[in-house]
Amino acid sequence: MGTSLDIKIKRANKVYHAGEMLSGVVVVSGKDPVQHQGLFLTVEGTVNLQLSAKSVGVFEAFYNSVKPIQIINSTIEMVKPGKFPPGKTEIPFEFPLHVKGNKVLYETYHGVFVNIQYTLRCDMKRSLLAKDLTKTCEFIVHSAPQKGKLTPSPVDFTITPETLQNVKERALLPKFLIRGHLNSTNCVITQPLTGELVVESSEAAIRSIELQLVRVETCGCAEGYARDATEIQNIQIADGDVCRSLSVPIYMVFPRLFTCPTLETTNFKVGKARPQEDTEAALHGGPEARN
Amino acid sequence: MAPADGAAWALREGACPSQSWRRGRCSLGSAGGSLPLTIMAPTDGAAWALRSGACPSQSWRRRAARRGLCGRATAPHNHGGRGRAGPGRELRTGGPRRRGHVTGKMAVFPWHSRHRNYKAEFASCRLEAVPLEFGDYHPLKPITVTESKTKKVSRKGSTSSTSSSSSSSVVDPLSSVLDGTDPLSMFAATADPAATAAATDSSRKKREREDNSIIGSDFEPWASKRGEILARYTTTEKLSINLFMGSEKGKAGTATSAMSEKVRTRLEELDDFEEGSQKELLNLTQQDYVNRIEELNQSLKDAWASDQKVKALKIVIQCSKLLSDTSVIQFYPSKFVLITDILDTFGKLVYERIFSMCVDNRSVLPDHFSPENVNDTAKETCLNWFFKIASIRELIPRFYVEASILKCNKFLSKTGISECLPRLTCMIRGIGDPLVSVYARAYLCRVGMEVAPHLKESLNKNFFDFLLTFKQIHGDTVQNQLVVQGVELPSYLPLYSPAMDWIFQCISYHAPETLLTEMMERCKKLGNNALLLNSVMSAFRAEFIATRSMDFIGMIKECDESGFPKHLLFRSLGLNLALADPPESDRLQILNEAWKVITKLKNPQDYVNCAEVWVEYTCKHFTKREVSTVLADVIKHMTPDRAFEDSYPQLQSIIKKVIAHFHDFSVLFSVEKFLPFLDMFQKESVRVEVCKCIMEVFIKHQQEPTKDPVILNALLHVCKTMHDSVNALTLEDEKRMLAYLINGFIKMVSFGRDFEQQLSFYVEARSMFCNLEPVLVQLIHSVNRLAMETRKVMKGNHSRKTAAFVRACVAYCFITIPSLVGIFARLNLYLHSGQVALANQCLSQADAFFKAAISLIPEVPKMINIDGKMRPSESFLLEFLCNFFSTLLIVPDHPEHGVLSLVRELLGVIQDYTWEDNSDDKVRIYTCVLHLLSAMSQETYLYHVDKVDSNDSLYGGDSKFLAENNKLCETVMAQILEHLKTLAKDEALKRQSSLGLSFFNSILAHGDLRNNRLNQLSVNLWHLAQRHGCADTRTMVKTLEYIKKRSRQPDMGHLTELALRLPLQTRT
Repeated sequence: MGTSLDIKIKRANKVYHAGEMLSGVVVVSGKDPVQHQGLFLTVEGTVNLQLSAKSVGVFEAFYNSVKPIQIINSTIEMVKPGKFPPGKTEIPFEFPLHVKGNKVLYETYHGVFVNIQYTLRCDMKRSLLAKDLTKTCEFIVHSAPQKGKLTPSPVDFTITPETLQNVKERALLPKFLIRGHLNSTNCVITQPLTGELVVESSEAAIRSIELQLVRVETCGCAEGYARDATEIQNIQIADGDVCRSLSVPIYMVFPRLFTCPTLETTNFKVGKARPQEDTEAALHGGPEARN
Repeated sequence: MAPADGAAWALREGACPSQSWRRGRCSLGSAGGSLPLTIMAPTDGAAWALRSGACPSQSWRRRAARRGLCGRATAPHNHGGRGRAGPGRELRTGGPRRRGHVTGKMAVFPWHSRHRNYKAEFASCRLEAVPLEFGDYHPLKPITVTESKTKKVSRKGSTSSTSSSSSSSVVDPLSSVLDGTDPLSMFAATADPAATAAATDSSRKKREREDNSIIGSDFEPWASKRGEILARYTTTEKLSINLFMGSEKGKAGTATSAMSEKVRTRLEELDDFEEGSQKELLNLTQQDYVNRIEELNQSLKDAWASDQKVKALKIVIQCSKLLSDTSVIQFYPSKFVLITDILDTFGKLVYERIFSMCVDNRSVLPDHFSPENVNDTAKETCLNWFFKIASIRELIPRFYVEASILKCNKFLSKTGISECLPRLTCMIRGIGDPLVSVYARAYLCRVGMEVAPHLKESLNKNFFDFLLTFKQIHGDTVQNQLVVQGVELPSYLPLYSPAMDWIFQCISYHAPETLLTEMMERCKKLGNNALLLNSVMSAFRAEFIATRSMDFIGMIKECDESGFPKHLLFRSLGLNLALADPPESDRLQILNEAWKVITKLKNPQDYVNCAEVWVEYTCKHFTKREVSTVLADVIKHMTPDRAFEDSYPQLQSIIKKVIAHFHDFSVLFSVEKFLPFLDMFQKESVRVEVCKCIMEVFIKHQQEPTKDPVILNALLHVCKTMHDSVNALTLEDEKRMLAYLINGFIKMVSFGRDFEQQLSFYVEARSMFCNLEPVLVQLIHSVNRLAMETRKVMKGNHSRKTAAFVRACVAYCFITIPSLVGIFARLNLYLHSGQVALANQCLSQADAFFKAAISLIPEVPKMINIDGKMRPSESFLLEFLCNFFSTLLIVPDHPEHGVLSLVRELLGVIQDYTWEDNSDDKVRIYTCVLHLLSAMSQETYLYHVDKVDSNDSLYGGDSKFLAENNKLCETVMAQILEHLKTLAKDEALKRQSSLGLSFFNSILAHGDLRNNRLNQLSVNLWHLAQRHGCADTRTMVKTLEYIKKRSRQPDMGHLTELALRLPLQTRT
């Protein structure tokens, strides 16, 4: 296939914190010598916002995308126009992760309405006859771990038919009592969410108990704010009619790419990741019990 | 070749003390340089005699024949037994048939055999025996430890034995290398605690510490349980597999970024949904199901090999999802086994992949690596696996897949596994179905034991968690499920056993007594604890159970009738008691209590499963009375409705246990119910199997020959059963096995001095075992042996009675041999039996044997089947004939037939036999005949049979006899020379040369070279051997040297002249 271009980032997990030095190599390889008009490397960081069709109209959502916000963007010329010898050429690079002005390096985040993404792009300009070569590569930015010890904020909860909010006919619900606690409501994102849940009693046989992780994204735009809650992941913590009054562990690892620490800026917010438990009773399609 | 018992032994005894002869031959070999030996059978006992006779010697003494033809007069006396000869008489063939054929040819050279004085030759060739002083050096003398040294060693108190050569002046090369200490005792010395304490202390401590945590060989591995579970938990109901998996089209190209890869897989998943890849396979039989799972296992491997990691993970997830399905619950344990196999495969693949990523080009990770040595890429990959698995939505797949790659935690951190195990243990609490959860625990324990056996706490935690959820088994949800599936509680509860047994086994492995006691107490406290009790009994140490057997019996009795089947409980208890002994005082009570319950079992299957186990306990600790009672009880239970037909394996195992404990067969057969028990095996194949077992044990344990009528009767019956199972379809191996067993029995039967009885036993045995050739062969050997035994008892002088008995023995052999199929077996047995007959002075019978052998030779086929391969038979025939000649030397001529009638007859047969076109075997045989005839023309033969006058004393060197003899020689020589002539063609020149030389050697050894013509012939042969440059110069030189050496001996002067006429061809 002739010439190929590749970017190799030094860290295997591609995770960097603000202020760190990002280093790696650009690899040019080909059987024949490569004539080129210069090799450029671009670092780009953007926040893409998308309006939810729920809060504005479908068409508006389609057309009225909010303009992406640029966090970082810089280009350097790595190699002056010339020729690469046949074989493999590695061109090392490194640059510090700094932003200009009062901009902040937000954490990489892939959500539904908010997307924060950092890419490295390498372009090889070539003469008219040959197409330019481009290679992009994502790297991940994590904010530095918080200083200071986080004080855990445990919370106990009880779920009964009465505590359910979105029920139409409360009378049809079977009786049950579920108690439990979460070890902390504010969590360190790298640590799993933990807790315990005890089914004290339940009239109906339990089919499944699930833990749902929900995110709340808020986008600001000309017409005001759009706030949406969407599911990130759903994890079953009990399958079948569990033993009564025996504690079942609550445990969830946060999927790193799709969650981020709570973030508030002028233009957008990514809200508190909120877990919920659902119990599904055996008889009905399942009235939801929410915490 | 039949083993050299009876006959060969007899001949040797009849000839001369074998020991001294062997020495004589040995010395000749070293003195002779090139020994002019022709091919002879190298292995046979009788062949050596003639060969030693063929050796050159230095002198001969001419002695005037003092006796005339008086030998003829003595003959009738010797042949006195002829009047009442054995059955062989009728079969005698009349006279030499082909006499004219051989003698018809023109004799070119006359034969003059050299006269030999065997005694003098023997004396001159024999090495002088020098008495060995104590302490003299001799290479074959064993290395001895001198006393003084031993004393010194023992005073030191060390265990090492410093062995060194004795006080000889020459040091033994082997022991000198060792510098006085052999390496084994050196090890023994270093193993001395005092010596090694300092050096290996630390390493040993470390090893001891590890000992606790590492699984030893005494831990029964999962692999051995696996098959058992698969065989036990089966179903005839239809199964279904519900797979929800993409038909992967193979991921195209490399992903450009992490993001786009994600997008693509998501899209692919969407595609899969649309294509309806949700496959539900319904109505599978169990075998189909197993096959499907095996296919999945294979496709997992394929996917992995083709780098489709996502697909592999999907397969594993879908498979483990099957474990949450409890429809067709009887099959669940087997399903668990099948699916965890896949999980194991997956776990291994992931581990190996990550491990291989740690290997950079320089170094390989050691087996006990620490996480710091693992590079970032490997760690990242490993983390990715864990993240991916953590986001699996459903609980059961998430648990199983994470447990399967538990070992990979080693790459991430040192404490990874110890943190993971308790978490996973807790996670199982979320599994509602008690059966599913107990198997999940079993899997976790299994992985835990494999990866981190030292982490006992989580094992215990599993156990206690299980006890907490124990009440669920009797809860409504489970009961409803059972009603739906139509499964009874007594068949539902045993489904737990494999998993629980495994958990209990893991915990109790090397566990302290206190823990076991605590576990037992906690089990006791729960109601309906039969299930727990059973697992305790099957998993805990047998000693632990055995000492508390009475407690257990009490507990078993208290158990609820409707729950876990009691016969299984008693079975488990019985298994323990078979391994470990309960206290002496309780033994009888235990048996009584247990058997009381067992005998009440209604279902014959349940009953026999239980009884099978308890028989061992009974055999171990009680006498034949109790065993007989137990067997009687089994018979009583199994006979109605022919229930035994369904439980042959168990009944077989009962028999095996009984015979394993009763080595004394007279006791065994006096167990009243033993033989009636055998009658229950009515299916032939099983019956034969049982008989084989009995015979194997008999052969193994019976030390002394027996004549106990009880044993004989019973075992004859057993052997008859085995024999009667042989039919046209029986495999060769099977026949061989049966024959081996029957032979083992026959060899063990001895009536002592009651030879008549013994013979009638053999007669009976022959009629019983006529279909197995090796048995018949054995019987013939046994009878021959019996005849020789009789001779030994009578010290060679048979009385009227013993003579008749011996003839009866001979007759037995004569009748039996023709029923054999193997031609060489027949030939050799004829020969051996003939020798035995000769040794017992049954001359006409011996004649009959030899004649039978001779008349059989033309039937020898060109090719014979040896171990399933076709081989040319000529070499065997040659071997046999050489052997035969050795015997013929001493066979006296029949007074009514011509001189040397047997030899002539044999020559005729050899002449007519169709030999291989390109072989010289016929000539080789003729050369041997020449040797035989030379030996026959001697005044006194090389060996004799005691009390049988051979031709030397019969004819007393009569000139007519010698003339006949020489005439035969001439004919034979003519044949040889003729053959040599036909070899003049190009491709045969080499053969001609070597045959010529061998003939030359024969003449040298046996011929009288003072005869001019013979002398001339030998010179011609010498030239012939060298003519075409085919001769081996070294051999020629050696031969010439030998002749010159011989010529220096007295009376051998004529050889000097001969040597001068033998030129050596120069190599040009």
